[in-house]
Amino acid sequence: MSAPLLDTDLAPAEVSARLEAVWSEPKTLWGWFATVDHKKIGRRYVVTALIFLLLGGLAALVMRAQLGTPDNHLVGPDVYNQLFTMHGSTMMFLFAVPVMETLGVYLVPLMIGTRTVAFPRLNAFSYWVYLFGGAMLWIAFFVNSGPDAGWFSYVPLAGPQYGIGKRSDIWAQMITYTELSGLAVAVNTIVTVFKMRCPGMSIDRIPLFVWAQLVTAFMIVFAMPAVMVSSTMLICDRLVGTHFFNWAEGGDVLLWQHLFWFFGHPEVYFIFLPATGIVSAIIVPFARRKMFGYSVLVLALFATGFLAFGLWVHHMFVTGLPRLGESFFTASSMAVAVPSGMQIFCWIATLWDGRLRFATPLLFVFGFIFNFVAGGLTGVMVASVPIDTQVHDTYFVVAHFHYVLVGGAVFPLLGGIYYWFPKFYGRMLDERMGKWNFWLAMVGFNLAFFPMHILGLMGMPRRIYTYPAEMGWGGMNLASTIGAFLFAASFALLAVNIVRALRRAPGAPANPWDAGSLEWAPASPPPPHNFTFTPVVASREPLWDTPELPVTTGLHADRRETVITSLVEAEPQMCESSPPPSIWPFVAALVISVTLLGSIFTPWALVWGLVPVGITLIGWFWPKGAKEEES
Amino acid sequence: MNWQSALDPHSANARHLADLFWFFTALCAAIWLLVVAALLRAIRHPGLAGEQDPPERQLRKSRIVGALTALTVLILVVFTAASFYTTRSFAWPDMNTLRIKVTGQQWWWQVEYRNHDASQVLTTANEIHIPVGRPVTLELHATDVIHSFWVPDLMGKQDLIPGRTNYLTLQADHAGVYRGQCAEFCGLEHARMAIWVFAQEPSAFEAWRRHALMPNTMPDGGAAAKGAYIFVHRQCASCHAINGSDAAGQTGPDLTHFGARATIAAGTLHNTAANLDRWLADPQAVKPGANMPKVDLSAPDRAALVAFLEGLK
Repeated sequence: MSAPLLDTDLAPAEVSARLEAVWSEPKTLWGWFATVDHKKIGRRYVVTALIFLLLGGLAALVMRAQLGTPDNHLVGPDVYNQLFTMHGSTMMFLFAVPVMETLGVYLVPLMIGTRTVAFPRLNAFSYWVYLFGGAMLWIAFFVNSGPDAGWFSYVPLAGPQYGIGKRSDIWAQMITYTELSGLAVAVNTIVTVFKMRCPGMSIDRIPLFVWAQLVTAFMIVFAMPAVMVSSTMLICDRLVGTHFFNWAEGGDVLLWQHLFWFFGHPEVYFIFLPATGIVSAIIVPFARRKMFGYSVLVLALFATGFLAFGLWVHHMFVTGLPRLGESFFTASSMAVAVPSGMQIFCWIATLWDGRLRFATPLLFVFGFIFNFVAGGLTGVMVASVPIDTQVHDTYFVVAHFHYVLVGGAVFPLLGGIYYWFPKFYGRMLDERMGKWNFWLAMVGFNLAFFPMHILGLMGMPRRIYTYPAEMGWGGMNLASTIGAFLFAASFALLAVNIVRALRRAPGAPANPWDAGSLEWAPASPPPPHNFTFTPVVASREPLWDTPELPVTTGLHADRRETVITSLVEAEPQMCESSPPPSIWPFVAALVISVTLLGSIFTPWALVWGLVPVGITLIGWFWPKGAKEEES
Repeated sequence: MNWQSALDPHSANARHLADLFWFFTALCAAIWLLVVAALLRAIRHPGLAGEQDPPERQLRKSRIVGALTALTVLILVVFTAASFYTTRSFAWPDMNTLRIKVTGQQWWWQVEYRNHDASQVLTTANEIHIPVGRPVTLELHATDVIHSFWVPDLMGKQDLIPGRTNYLTLQADHAGVYRGQCAEFCGLEHARMAIWVFAQEPSAFEAWRRHALMPNTMPDGGAAAKGAYIFVHRQCASCHAINGSDAAGQTGPDLTHFGARATIAAGTLHNTAANLDRWLADPQAVKPGANMPKVDLSAPDRAALVAFLEGLK
């Protein structure tokens, strides 16, 4: 064995070249499937999620076209029910949660000054499982087997007696795929943030975006088991004749709703909390001001994370639960507005004295505050049991949660895309088009969703595929449909902007926005190893306070290695090796996906699937003599 | 006719709900305007030098944020208390009033007036008649999937859940016809599952009830008599019942006094002879997915059936 080659033995340029060689991956087909680079996987994840956004958005446009005029016959009830189920399931499970979680896959290691995530192969595995699950759902839809019982799949409608064909089974297994990948990412994020922060990044210096990712990851770990259990019970009822939800045999219809919403409500915060992280990340550089109330914002994240688990019953206010219990959930649902309010106050307090730079990312943050506060306030209204008995399951609620989810998460995401695109792809997006994109999105979104408040109050229930002309809902539905198409046009503009940027030569500087956080230290896009030397930080905005970052040395230059630090103070503890690329995560994901797919048709698939799954796992963990296995 | 709207209350309960809604809306709108005003001030202000607030400014801002947070908590406490007292103002279900069992089915409503005296039990479908000024207790059931009973002019909604019984108290202030429809997604024809509440003066209600309890007299000649024969001897009677005839099917809506109803197929079509003919000719073309099959009938047979059914006043 040759002597270890340390970065202290070499000139900095030499270290950089060697690390680049060690961390880069073959540009072959094998390399494409075997990659464990968190940046490649993160980018792939985000792009895949945006493709699902496109599909879910197209489903929404067909629905809006159908509802634009009364008694319309563009699509029938069967297609319409599949469309809204696909729209909801896609947006929640395949777009919003993954895109938020995996923006972190790309950004968290860069923001905390490390070279990779804690479990790079698990990361690769999670992407493939997610891709296969999402693809299965949409292929099923295109062969007329799309789920049609809503994204919430209430029993008995989704149960064995009323859910026809394989539609609800496909939905239930899609949940298994996405939850599997979601949990893998959450575990990765937690360990990465806990143990891989660069020296000096004590817990009071963690970027707010990273805090948001961490709290979200913990919420995912606690909430996702509930929906995995319930979707498994559903598929057992449908496939092997259990009676979990069969009231005639002593099962309980409401059990499904409790389990689903125990997950489903926190899920809203899986989407919203990372979005608040984006908002915080954008406000600081564009207000050229350090964040006011950093600790308050961190505590607000934790408070939201806790409270989010105590308000699922507000989705069930009209199911006839005891009144006193319902009042408790009114109080808890309102309480969650307190941390959200504190976040808004702190952001505005930061902007208050900032020297604002009116670039596209900041515009989207303004749009976020404008729309999200409206959605939050209607959220306070639906938290009230008596008001909810009128607006529950009407278009008022549709308006409410689109203001919260689109206003509260998609607007920050769009801002984030404009903000980080140069880092991801080394090219700037066009500002002029960006501003058009923003205004078109604002007008389209509000025109599409504001009238829905009134429609709901005028008695229009959700999930109806048509309505008689005499109901008087036609005009506002038409306005809403026009708004939806304008909103879609704003995304088309974004796509044009992205394509045009990608066709130009790369040339974005490392830190185009003059931001203070670590992801802007390496080149745009970053080299495969992110940082030649692991930085040492002494403040929350290290690039502002110490432009020449101090660094840690003493790592190997001939193998993949990262610095492990302590949980609270981020003091260096050890060097840990990181695995090289491997095809096994892809193979394992493929085998598990086939097994899950088979289980839609026969429970025996799970038994026989154990054999290939076992073989791939042995292959995955078999020692391969890489240098990284020495240390 | 009053079209369904939560903001057009026609009962004390619905008025309480609308008042609470407007109270919340006014306060929430004010809060939203203040936030947007603060945002606009931040946008228009040129800003201060430096990356961080000086300590005294930081302290002032902390106090303001603290005060705003306290104010948020206070407003939420007021909202919670207002919600709680509004809920408390609703009567608990009273089993001694008029009790009506409503059963949600894909995609229509079965309505049964409960009575200890079996001869006074009355079954109908998709229409509820209630006396004005008196609380009426609805007993909500479902036999297939979950539905939700919602007549917004009179009261908030309540789910009908298989295996459970929920209650809802209705009380109309004045006579009128109030539309409602199923609010919980229940499958293919969720969109076409409407219900009408006819609130009537007590005397008119009582007259209706007595009439509705009486069996229909069967026509003794003409097209209607032929229609009655078809109804009983073709598939119709295997699902539908008509009090006064031999038809006693239980899976579809009871059609006794069908001719007096406002609509066909839970609000899908107005109840006219032409519409009924259209419906009978091909139910799946009118309400795709409905459980009523297409029965092959010649045009004259269909006309006879229409004459019979429309005659069931």
